[in-house]
Amino acid sequence: MSEKKKRSFEHVIRERWCKGCNVCVTFCPKKVLSLKNGKVFAERPDDCIGCRLCELRCPDFAITIKERIAVQAESDSSCVDYAIPPEANHA
Amino acid sequence: MSENLNYFRQNRLPHIWCPGCGHGTVTGALTRALAKLGIDKNNVVVVSGIGCSSRAPGYLDFDTLHTAHGRALAFATGIKLSKPSLKVIVLTGDGDCTAIGGNHFIHAARRNIDITTIVMNNSIYGMTSGQYSPMTPTGMLGTTAPYGNVERPFDFVKLAIASGATFVGRSTTYHVQLLGDLIEKALLHKGFSVVESIGGCPTYYGRKNKIGGAVEMFEWQKDNAVNIKAAAAMPKEKLDGKFLIGEFHNEEAPEFTSQYIELIEKVQRKFDDFKGGVRECAQNSD
Repeated sequence: MSEKKKRSFEHVIRERWCKGCNVCVTFCPKKVLSLKNGKVFAERPDDCIGCRLCELRCPDFAITIKERIAVQAESDSSCVDYAIPPEANHA
Repeated sequence: MSENLNYFRQNRLPHIWCPGCGHGTVTGALTRALAKLGIDKNNVVVVSGIGCSSRAPGYLDFDTLHTAHGRALAFATGIKLSKPSLKVIVLTGDGDCTAIGGNHFIHAARRNIDITTIVMNNSIYGMTSGQYSPMTPTGMLGTTAPYGNVERPFDFVKLAIASGATFVGRSTTYHVQLLGDLIEKALLHKGFSVVESIGGCPTYYGRKNKIGGAVEMFEWQKDNAVNIKAAAAMPKEKLDGKFLIGEFHNEEAPEFTSQYIELIEKVQRKFDDFKGGVRECAQNSD
């Protein structure tokens, strides 16, 4: 129960707006981002802690951080017991 | 898509500023502050003068005005007086605001008119290839100062406070969260509010002065900025060559447009009473 759920984040990058100034890459506290062919990309997206410093500092509005809504284990289709009719939960 | 992008004319992007230019960060901080406060974009007017910084309104989806060099505050004063319900924001550069528009700035501050001014200080005239401005620190190089600038720069915060601005703050593009908070407070403040944001010009200032590119300019800001709260507890010799950031001044004072409306109402009442007096006189003479 006390197990902390790891938050995960998605990096929306608008490559056409990015000018490759390297500011987001340098000041990312977890070194998530890097440059590829002069454009930013998320190299280690799993390390992202969602501080949004890249989004705030980006002079070209090229990055947005979105939090992924974690899929609950119970709602996973592999865990559902189809022997129990769905009406049983509403009793 | 984050909600602050709704405030942009997205078909105009990417913008014309150089890679790593601080102006983009400031514009982003402004839109985020507006989005956080939930201000309707139909009630906002953004005014600018001439310069790199003054290109910002071209990318913002408000009613915007790109005016003559240094005269942004003069135009903004007219807009605010004609329709005081509007939120008027002036985006200006260091040269635009303190050199060419210096008089407009001190008088707008003196009147305490409800305008939010954001000064993007990159210490140089970037658009015209790097001439030194009144905010270029002594000894730094520019196109017109090839052996170093001999002039003393303005301390913009002191200038604003002395002129009568009622909210004055300073931040850098590195300290972008503080910048956002200051812009938010300035937008909510009733009266003339000024936020100076120290940003880098990697193309001219950084290259001429051998500071480096965009990242080095951000690092320079990080190393040299001291928060005003931390500075109070620091010894004086540690503050040599540093500059202070934070909220410097916040006071309540009578605001110009509301005073002006009050005056109009007072005079109109007097005029109405006077007309009544005329009628009375006419009756008495009969």
